[in-house]
Amino acid sequence: MTQQTNLPGFFSRLSIAFGALFKSLGDAEFAARVRDDGVGPTAAPVPAPVAPAPVAKPTPTPAPLRTPTPDAALQLLSLFQREARLIDFAHENLTSYSDADIGAAARVVHEGCARVLREHFSIEPVRSEAEGSRITLNEGFDAASVRLTGNVVGTAPFNGTLSHRGWRAASVTLPQLAERHDARVLAPAEVEL
Amino acid sequence: MNNIVSDAVNTNEPRYAIGIDLGTTHSALSYVDLQASDGEQAVDAVLPIPQLTAPGTIEALPLLPSFLYLPHPDELPAGERALPWSDAEENAIAGEMARSRGATTPIRLVSSAKSWLCHPGVDRRAAILPSDAPDEVTRVSPLAASTHYLRHLRQAWNAAHPESPFDQQSVTVTIPASFDPGARELTAEAARLAGFTPTLLEEPQAALYSWIQGSGGRWRKQVQPGDIILVVDVGGGTSDFSLIAILERDGKLEPHRVAVGDHILLGGDNMDLALAHFVARKLSANGTQLDAWQMRALTYGCRSAKEALLADANATTHPIVVPSRGSKLIGGSIRTELTRDEVTSFITDGFFPRVEASARPTVRARAGLTQLGLPYAQDAAITRHLAAFLARQAGATAELEGFSGRVSAEHSFLHPSAVLFNGGVFKSGILAQRVMDTINDWLYMEGAEPARMLEGADLDLAVARGAAYFSYARRGGGVRIRGGTARSYYVGVESSMPAIPGMEPPLEALCVAPFGMEEGSELELPGQEFGLVIGEPVTFRFFGSTTRRQDRSGDVLEFWGPDELHEMNEIQATLPAEGRVAGDVVQVKLHALATDAGTLELLAVARDGQRWKIEFDVRSAPEAQ
Repeated sequence: MTQQTNLPGFFSRLSIAFGALFKSLGDAEFAARVRDDGVGPTAAPVPAPVAPAPVAKPTPTPAPLRTPTPDAALQLLSLFQREARLIDFAHENLTSYSDADIGAAARVVHEGCARVLREHFSIEPVRSEAEGSRITLNEGFDAASVRLTGNVVGTAPFNGTLSHRGWRAASVTLPQLAERHDARVLAPAEVEL
Repeated sequence: MNNIVSDAVNTNEPRYAIGIDLGTTHSALSYVDLQASDGEQAVDAVLPIPQLTAPGTIEALPLLPSFLYLPHPDELPAGERALPWSDAEENAIAGEMARSRGATTPIRLVSSAKSWLCHPGVDRRAAILPSDAPDEVTRVSPLAASTHYLRHLRQAWNAAHPESPFDQQSVTVTIPASFDPGARELTAEAARLAGFTPTLLEEPQAALYSWIQGSGGRWRKQVQPGDIILVVDVGGGTSDFSLIAILERDGKLEPHRVAVGDHILLGGDNMDLALAHFVARKLSANGTQLDAWQMRALTYGCRSAKEALLADANATTHPIVVPSRGSKLIGGSIRTELTRDEVTSFITDGFFPRVEASARPTVRARAGLTQLGLPYAQDAAITRHLAAFLARQAGATAELEGFSGRVSAEHSFLHPSAVLFNGGVFKSGILAQRVMDTINDWLYMEGAEPARMLEGADLDLAVARGAAYFSYARRGGGVRIRGGTARSYYVGVESSMPAIPGMEPPLEALCVAPFGMEEGSELELPGQEFGLVIGEPVTFRFFGSTTRRQDRSGDVLEFWGPDELHEMNEIQATLPAEGRVAGDVVQVKLHALATDAGTLELLAVARDGQRWKIEFDVRSAPEAQ
């Protein structure tokens, strides 16, 4: 009951630890997997005296990047096309039209885009202060949600003028898709019988 | 052992009180958590309803559009119409996708099933919808369409609350106050077919319940004993009026519903369509013809333009763009606009004209007997329908305790003291104000105090929320509206005068169910016995009245005013031959039963106590009109 038969024994573990060490050094992708995997060997560092690491200069490993799944993006495009005709609009050549014609179409696009944003996202400003007001950023501010521009020198606290309030999506509710739904069809062709 | 028993009881006790607004154009489901609620503090929420919004796309929306789309077998790829709670391919699609698809393929769209459900001229159990579908489309009945919406709501609930199955909760479904007993029975039947037993509640009452709940107890400060509240409910497809009087009993305020209006097939959608046709005429005068697809886009555009202009009294025009159908958006779009004058003349003055209290809706003679479509109101002026309703009900409160001094014979109509609005149409303050001004003009002419508007109504979801609150209140948790049945009912009997050749014997009306029967009460028709032949159906002509409050069960009317009694569909009693000899005559008495579920039942009761239900609206031969 207490012992699970498929757990590796001590010597096996030693060998796995060495294997992981060298593979991590040679293979950045494997290293990333080890790091991202919460139960991986990074939690238990390999005992140094047993395995003197090679002193070769560690090559800078590129930061792992997330590849977003295209489905959600396609779905959003499809919503913008359905509600706002955004793809139709972006594919038009504006040079041959008068501003009045473009303005009429822009109303369709604007109204539809606003509807998609309203129905599928709840979007709020990052900073609640009025644009143009002076604000102070204390040490440890979230650099991801506030971007410093201009004369960026010295140390926090930083004093500056809010030029854009920023936007943050507080929630996203995209429709659920059927298992076999082909999201690449952004708008089906229409054939009137 | 005791514990086990009480646990078993608890698991069958409802955890939630559920209210369903089964609307002509939209349905909604609201619920009250019974365990978290106490007294008038009801904890309620609206259930988001998962539905198809596009092929293979499921979204949970607060409203379920009451539309059913019957797709062609080749129209959608496999797996694109499955709902979260079923792997099976649905052969009919309800909700938002049904509405948007159906707009471009109307021959496969079932809409306004509720209006068909109360259409006296058709067989409501027969597969007749969509009424203009070609033969290869498998049609559905108004009953089946209503069942489909209710089943969708039940399944959506069960998916969200698997621990509290729908059929074990206390469920209320709303109906127009003007529904006749047949349509009420059909609504209850649709619910039973969808897998649950409902209680029915009239929509204007639900709106008042929602207002009471929303006030959080402050409603007692906003109404006084002696108030008469007029509920004006203009939905997407129907308009409905009710009068609710506030009584004081044992020091407590008690609302009493005293009158309901006739069924008026006229609502917000008619207004949008009227505007769209007007704008289309304007465009075609300039040489632009719109096809059906563009008409639909124009109707959407007109709705938002109407809402914008009716919300802001200072706006003078609102642009409308009909997008092109092809992918060339810029060149092919049509731009037009709606002006304040147009909205005022079409909507404000067209549907809510400032008329005299003596105004009545115009009624044209119907051309021919057969009527295939819905019986839409012939007069679009809601204020004229309202004037007629209040005049007809001038004496509605005469008999009510505490109201005797408030009604005078000189009043040409019943004087409401407060008005509660319901329905999305009244999101426009301009329209609500127009109705208030018109009513107050009438009151001023008769020297009465102006009526006030009850504030704080939730115009879109009030009916569903009020229905949930009612489910909660009838379990003892809150205020109840009393009043009983809103009509008296009569069967037609031939008078026993000597036959005159070539002349039908005159008809007398025998009152079988008086006005204001409280739910759960049963009345036996005194004296009169009927001989029914075993195995042979017997039909009676059937009448209802919204004004004859004084008639008692067993009263016989020889004469009545043209507006007093309205004939409904015939009712039918069939005594099955079980245990008796076919052809024998059994003497029965008629009983009327106002059920707890909110329906009316008529029963034939033999001397030995055997009971048979008399069916409303049985149509074995629909052509025998």
